[in-house]
Amino acid sequence: MSDRHDITLRVNGATHHVNVEPRYSLADTLRDACGLTGTHLGCEHGVCGACTVLIDGRATRSCLVFAVQVEGSEIETVEGLAEPDGTLHPLQQAFWEHHGLQCGFCTPGFLMLALGALRENPDMDDEELRDLIASNLCRCTGYQNILTAVRAAADMMRAKAQPAPNP
Amino acid sequence: MSVIGARERRVEDRPLLIGAGVFVADLNRADQIHMRVVRSPLAFGRLLEIDIEDAAAQPGVVAIWTAADLGDLGPIDFRMTRIEGMEPYRQWCLARDYVRYVGDPVAVVFAETAQRAEDAAELVFCDIDEQDPHLDARAEPVAFAPDVSPELMSEPAVLQKAVGDVDAAFGQAAHEVAIEVRVGRHTGVPLETRGALAVPGEGGTVTMYGAAKVPHYNRGQIARMLGLPLDAVQLSEGHVGGGFGIRGELYPEDVLVCRAALAFGRPVKWIEDRREHLIAANHSRDQAYRLRAAVDPEGRVLGLDAQFFTDQGAYVRTHGATVSDLSAALLPGPYLIPAYRVRGHVRLTNKTPAGTYRAPGRYESTFARERLMDAIAARLGLDRAEVRQRNLVPESQMPFRRGLDALGTDVVYDSGRFHDLLERLCAHVSWDDLQERLAGRRKAGERVGVGLGYFVEKSGLGPDDLVRISVLPENGIRIVTGAASIGQGIETAMAQICADTLGTGLNGIDVVHGQTALIEKGMGAFATRATVMTGSATKMAADALIERALDVAATLLQAERASLSYADGTVHHAASERTLTLSEIAAAWDGGLGAEATFVSDHMTYPYGIHLAQVRVDPATCGVEIERFVVAYDIGRAVNPTLVEGQIVGAAAQGIGGALYEEFVYDEAGQPLAASFADYLMPTAQEVPAIETIVREDAPSPINPLGVKGAGEAGINAVGAAIASAVDDALERPGLVRQLPVTPQRLHAWLQE
Ligand code: FES
Ligand code: FES
Repeated sequence: MSDRHDITLRVNGATHHVNVEPRYSLADTLRDACGLTGTHLGCEHGVCGACTVLIDGRATRSCLVFAVQVEGSEIETVEGLAEPDGTLHPLQQAFWEHHGLQCGFCTPGFLMLALGALRENPDMDDEELRDLIASNLCRCTGYQNILTAVRAAADMMRAKAQPAPNP
Repeated sequence: MSVIGARERRVEDRPLLIGAGVFVADLNRADQIHMRVVRSPLAFGRLLEIDIEDAAAQPGVVAIWTAADLGDLGPIDFRMTRIEGMEPYRQWCLARDYVRYVGDPVAVVFAETAQRAEDAAELVFCDIDEQDPHLDARAEPVAFAPDVSPELMSEPAVLQKAVGDVDAAFGQAAHEVAIEVRVGRHTGVPLETRGALAVPGEGGTVTMYGAAKVPHYNRGQIARMLGLPLDAVQLSEGHVGGGFGIRGELYPEDVLVCRAALAFGRPVKWIEDRREHLIAANHSRDQAYRLRAAVDPEGRVLGLDAQFFTDQGAYVRTHGATVSDLSAALLPGPYLIPAYRVRGHVRLTNKTPAGTYRAPGRYESTFARERLMDAIAARLGLDRAEVRQRNLVPESQMPFRRGLDALGTDVVYDSGRFHDLLERLCAHVSWDDLQERLAGRRKAGERVGVGLGYFVEKSGLGPDDLVRISVLPENGIRIVTGAASIGQGIETAMAQICADTLGTGLNGIDVVHGQTALIEKGMGAFATRATVMTGSATKMAADALIERALDVAATLLQAERASLSYADGTVHHAASERTLTLSEIAAAWDGGLGAEATFVSDHMTYPYGIHLAQVRVDPATCGVEIERFVVAYDIGRAVNPTLVEGQIVGAAAQGIGGALYEEFVYDEAGQPLAASFADYLMPTAQEVPAIETIVREDAPSPINPLGVKGAGEAGINAVGAAIASAVDDALERPGLVRQLPVTPQRLHAWLQE
């Protein structure tokens, strides 16, 4: 039981030295050891997606990953999304503009899910977006405004991005 | 400048967007210990012994409690709808003598970490003499606790309401139409599970974080149960991850964490996991109806004879008979139905106890009543919209006195233009053309259909609400209310009402809620009451603040009060051209500037609406796809249309869950088969179509100063009814759907009949 490990995690560009039992999930470790409570736990069995973070750029359910598995990976959480000066990320801004949240418990998971997907494919069409958003659960909004918000953010992010150098 | 009615962005969103929300699981205190509940693995049995020896020997375990350790700690009392004779059916904080459902708390383990507490809890062994569970609320009642009180049967109450001469109505009837329908067991399931952190303070006091919904009431109950003076207990609400009726009721765990914090002198934290939530937090719905209507030759209902059974689960919890009471009172819905008689049986089974869930008693009774209207239409060969049109309460009869009571108040529909809304909806969808188009598609082999459900909601339950507004000298306005926020946007709504009255902007208005230490009373947030009750009190307090500002300014300016005027946050003295802003007055006046008001109401207000569903059934899988969903709703007055639509769309998604997917299923041993999100299926973005909303302000409420009626439950009420009607239509089998949810298995079985 006292089998504990010192590990180093890279989260939002910062280094965290933490001491964990091998059974600790990444979600628990982010929340309890790193103090990053923006990552939420809605089920702890991989269905709701509230715990979604990016691991090396890929959206992942952090309740299904052990902390000891991700040493050396770059982890991104909702706390790293806004600019250091507080300026909201286009996704956050769009969720605000389009009333994409009510209780807000699912919001960090949806933001990270969309961030990972839009980085991979900035040109998702509406069907692809619906498919993506269906990965996570929200109990308050009925999803409509989340879809609208992600659509708006995707359009804004694409407009902001530099035109690709090579077609 | 009107701020009421504006589509303002929410003032509460920023922390939630940047991961800075403070939900109860996010809170930690130095030296805290963790509580884990040991729950009954069996549905029913005599609790013989609890062996805690191995568990207690585990490292990090601080203590383990069973019922024997709780002394004379009483059961959890009723908050609402108390009925004589229900007391023996209340739940203890830890089971005594019997366990009555899988999930019944039998012991609690306290340990240094959550993991240690969980490890130890697995080693607590319950010796239970298992007995056959009782799982059908429609079956004859059985003994509640056979060895302890053999006379106590599993029917705590039977509610009866009646108006008019039902027998005479059947004597005159041209047709008699009878149906039997059921609504499945499902519930709110907020995305955040329950939790609490109790922190001991000086001199035997305790503060519980993680409060929701009714902090003031729960504070009083916890103090009473623990034998403490009221001011020894404070409850504090942080961010709350969804309420829907089930969160924030007083549960055994709330009392236990507070008791433990006081006993151990250390903060005690408890966070529920999802399995626990699905078997321990309130279930809801699960009603069976038998309806019989006396109908005249034109399809008008002359009389309705109704009986229903509510499966309340293992115990009667805080809601008492609320669900059954509301079912009985609002079953007639928007229709005249001059004679009505109902018997509502509150029955116990060996399932998780049930309480209210968004539109309690209405989702169910609307389903039953609207199935009946469809049956009448089918029997008489009438169009489904037409039969409703013929039965609606006309505007000329408003306010309409039903002659019944609900939650101890007379049911009086305060205002409504029921016919008008139905006409608008029919025009919006081109009802006749739509039916023709769908008939055409059916001819071509598709299984498509459309259905309707008409409903009356209720909101704004009294008795009163207190709001205090103070102006801060350094600029800014603070509203303190006893209301609660469960994610519905109450801060924005209250700020808008205040800004509208004061003629200021939203900026700088701070809304404080859910803190028992800051305001001595509050009714919280339930029954779609906050906008109506707290909103009205906010409006009145803001009006009072203007009067007070004028009084004080008259003294400060040494001017006649009558020579002063107020506009947009500033008092003007026209003669001297001098002005004073609210914050200047607050800064200049000893004691500052503030006002308070209490809004009192002994009647509820009754919004109304219609749901329309268009569905396609896949004959190969019996899956139901919703092609279109429309909600027409008269809210009286919308404080923020964006938030109103958000409430409606979110609620509709939940209604779709209950209509097609969500169900707490039990096996014959009473073991729950839906105890994870893999088995309890909530709709995702794939299952929820774009919901069209038609929000009207045609019939403002005459019984509050804003004219508002509340939005919380409008989107869910008739979803089951409308989808059932649409599935019947798609399959051209009127009356086919008689139970929710319409799962593929169920639909397949019906089609084989
Ligand atoms: S908490 Fe990880 S998927 Fe639900
Ligand atoms: S906003 Fe509450 S769960 Fe999504």
